Amino acid sequence: MAEVKLFGNWGSPFSCRIEIALKLKGVEYEFIEEDVYNDNKSPLLLKYNPVHKKIPVLLHNGKPICESVVILEYIDETWEGPSILPKDPYERAMARFWTKFLEEKCFPPMKQASWSTGEEQEKAKEEATELLKILEGTLSGKKFFGGDSIGMVDIVANFIAHWFIILQEITGLELLTHEKFPKLGQWLDDYLSCSIIKETLPPKDKLTASFQARIQAATTSK
Amino acid sequence: MAEVKLFGSSGSPFSRRIEVALKLKGVEYEFIEEDIYNKKSPLLLKYNPVHKKVPVLLHNGKPICESLVILEYIDETWEGPSILPKDPYERAMARFWVKFLDEKCFPAMWQACWSIGEEQEKAKEEATEFLKILEGTLSGKKFFGGDSIGMVDIGANFIAYWFMLPQELAGFEVLTKEKFPKLNEWKNEYLNCSIIKENPPLKDKLTALFRARFQAVGAAK
Repeated sequence: MAEVKLFGNWGSPFSCRIEIALKLKGVEYEFIEEDVYNDNKSPLLLKYNPVHKKIPVLLHNGKPICESVVILEYIDETWEGPSILPKDPYERAMARFWTKFLEEKCFPPMKQASWSTGEEQEKAKEEATELLKILEGTLSGKKFFGGDSIGMVDIVANFIAHWFIILQEITGLELLTHEKFPKLGQWLDDYLSCSIIKETLPPKDKLTASFQARIQAATTSK
Repeated sequence: MAEVKLFGSSGSPFSRRIEVALKLKGVEYEFIEEDIYNKKSPLLLKYNPVHKKVPVLLHNGKPICESLVILEYIDETWEGPSILPKDPYERAMARFWVKFLDEKCFPAMWQACWSIGEEQEKAKEEATEFLKILEGTLSGKKFFGGDSIGMVDIGANFIAYWFMLPQELAGFEVLTKEKFPKLNEWKNEYLNCSIIKENPPLKDKLTALFRARFQAVGAAK
C-alpha cells in the first residue's frame, strides 16, 4: 500500500500543483482520480475532506491534508529536496503574500474574463489586466517568481501558464500576450520548458476539448 | 527609531492578531494607528501598495502585509512561545483551520451581523453550520492550539470581540452558550489568558464603532 496518496482530478490545476511538488521532491505517490465535475465524489474523498468535500487531498501515512497551499507547505516541511519555499523568513513571507495575491485577486477575474460575456467580461478583463501588471512587476530581474528555480508562487501560477492560456486561445481573448506583458511572457516560456512542469501538466488537447464541451453545454443551456 | 513598527487600527481584528503575536513573543514595537475608514496615511499606501490595508508589519524597514503571512513571519523570526506547532502535520492542521476561519466563518459571521432580512437569516444559518464544525475541533482541547494559544486561537480573536459584541448589541443569538458550549468555554479561556487580559481591545471604542455602524446600516435601509 502506497504511503502517499493523492486524491485529485486530471483536469484540476489544484491537484496538478500537488503533483508538481511531489515530483520536485522525488516522492512516489498513488494518484486517485476523482470524478469531481460530475459530482461523483468517492466516499473516501468525503471521509478525508468532510469540511470542503474537494480535491486535492494528500494522504500521508493515513492522515489527510486538505487545501492545496496547505498541502504544498506540508510537502516542503516533510520531504528533502529542492525547496518550494525560500529559507529566509522575509522571502518566505513574500512568497506567501504573492501566492495569496494570485489565488484571491488574480484568478477570479481571469476566470470571469474567460467565461463571461459583454459588460461583465469587459469589467473582468480590466481588473485582470491591472492585476497582471502588478504581477509583471514582481518578475523584475528574475527568471521565475521563485528566483532561479521554480517555487511556491510558480507552482500556484500553473493556472496562468496552462489553463488560462488555453482558455484564451479558445475564446480569442487577448489579455496575457508577450507584447503587453513581456516578463510574464518570458516566464511562461521558461516555466513550460521545465521538465517537471512539462510532464505533469494535463495534455493540452484533452483540456481544450474539455473546455469546449463546457462552453457548449453553457451555451445550449441558455 | 523602533526596529519593529505595526501599522494597524484599534478597530481591526486583523491588526489585533499581530499585536497578540508580538506580545506573545515579547517583541517591542511601535503601533501606528491608521484611520482606515477615513484617511489612510501615505506611509501605509507606500508599504502596502497592492492592498492598501492594515495590518502592515515593518521590520528593519521591510514591510510584510496580510495578517496570516505576518503571523508566520513573526513565528519564524522571533524566539518565544510557538504560534504554530512544530510537527508538520499539526502545522498543516493549524493552517487549514485558520484558512477555514478566514474564508468561511468570518465572512458568514460578519454578514450575519451587518445584513438584514432574508440575507441575514441566510448568513445566520451559514454561520451556525460553520460554528458547529469549529465546535467539533475543540473536543478535549482547551484551546485550538492545545494547552496554550496558537495561530488558530489568535485568528479566532474576532469571535471573542468582533462577533460577540455586535451579537449582544443587535440582540441576535447565533453563538450562545447552549448551542456551542465548547466555543463558549474557549472564549472564556481565551479572554482569561494573561496576554489577552492585559491588552484587551478597547471595548468602549469598539462598542461605539459598532453602534455607529448599526445606525448607518439602519439609516441606509
